[in-house]
Amino acid sequence: MAWMFPTIIKNLFSRPATRRYPFKDVREPFLGYRGKIFWDASKCDLCGDCARVCPAEAIEVSPEDRQIKYYPFKCIYCGTCMQTCLPMAISQDKYYTKPAAAKGVETISVPV
Amino acid sequence: MAVRTVIPFGPQHPVLPEPVHLKLELEDERVVGVTPVIGYVHRGIEKAAELNSFRQNVFLCERICGICSITHALTYCQGVEALMGVKVPPRARFLRLFWSELSRVHSHLLWLGLLADALGFESLFMQIWRARETVLDLLEMTAGHRVITSTCLVGGVRRDIDKEMAKEVDKRLVALKEVLDSTAAPTLLHDPTIKRRAVGKGMLSKEQAELLGAVGPTARGSGVAIDMRQTDYAAYKEVGFEPIVEIAGDSYARTIVRAREVYQSIELMRKALAMMPGGEILVRVDGYPEGETISRTEQPRGELIYYIKGNGTNHLERLKIRTPTFANIPTLLVMLPGCEMADVPVITLSIDPCIACTER
Repeated sequence: MAWMFPTIIKNLFSRPATRRYPFKDVREPFLGYRGKIFWDASKCDLCGDCARVCPAEAIEVSPEDRQIKYYPFKCIYCGTCMQTCLPMAISQDKYYTKPAAAKGVETISVPV
Repeated sequence: MAVRTVIPFGPQHPVLPEPVHLKLELEDERVVGVTPVIGYVHRGIEKAAELNSFRQNVFLCERICGICSITHALTYCQGVEALMGVKVPPRARFLRLFWSELSRVHSHLLWLGLLADALGFESLFMQIWRARETVLDLLEMTAGHRVITSTCLVGGVRRDIDKEMAKEVDKRLVALKEVLDSTAAPTLLHDPTIKRRAVGKGMLSKEQAELLGAVGPTARGSGVAIDMRQTDYAAYKEVGFEPIVEIAGDSYARTIVRAREVYQSIELMRKALAMMPGGEILVRVDGYPEGETISRTEQPRGELIYYIKGNGTNHLERLKIRTPTFANIPTLLVMLPGCEMADVPVITLSIDPCIACTER
């Protein structure tokens, strides 16, 4: 125990290392954090590459309805879709999906 | 006369981070026999890998183990690259080394904390995990995520570390080393309570370690200088690497191997960042894997083996994974008999069991 004493004494008079999460916000994620993905619908050409490469099958593209379906609770935030997208319509937010009571789906309509 | 009783240890036990069941045969307080039982967290990943395309498998393999995700991705990519005759750019090999070592520091600090917790040394546990937070921040800063790096791809890596970031990483690594120097290291090396709980407990001789096929820090704690990083994957040859070996063969020796490896990994990372050559990080890979190969790397717990068989299509014919804990579980049969019931948690933890890895 003697070897821990200097640290314990120091810790007694220093600020806590943890954050009071639900009451206080956590720190900002670093630049380039792989969070939730979102589409710039004006750039999307509905090629379906993102759906084809997605390892978790979290994206469905239907060119007939001009719609993209994104399942945030299936998404594993690997960023493969973003890397594959040629028109660069996909980008990653710096926040991940918030906890929810039900696994939702997001529908993105692509304008003609 | 001693009465023989069988005590179930696990699958749910306060010191076990993951479910493994040990049937302990006891005579009074002394363990005379042990039967490890696994099979509580099987996920069928090997079969799933046959259904995914070979490029998607990188992200599946990463999820075999949270702590050493990059090593799994690296081993898989290395094997597929060998099958397809892809030459990875030098910068990508250095970056792969960097993330592998970062995950090793992550894993070892997590384990040292768990050991302190198993000993009942809560303040040391908190202190080590506080230091580990720096590693998680570094992972988030460089790879974009705190646990699953997703940086390794077939043909190279996805993210680069620029000069400014390398400088910042180096600064934080030096700070981490200073924190460990002033808090955890002296306690682990000198504290008599830790020594009393770990020295001479769970003896594994060099011959037994070789006979039972022990790998990683478990083997190196018994004086077997086996480390896959000597086989020149990633950029270990360029950076220069010597395995760390302790000869005592007890739980304490395995602890010291891991504690010393944390320092070694910090040095390897700093060297890799300083020596990193310029150039591209990802090459284009066309075609499909065909043939069979074995890919080996050093995970934080020991040697990781991937057997990959491709049939010239987008899907693999077979993916077989041998994780280090699977090789280390038989050593418990030698370590545990003869010890007291109270020492079982520390000895079981000393092989750093990762059951989710083992069962895949």
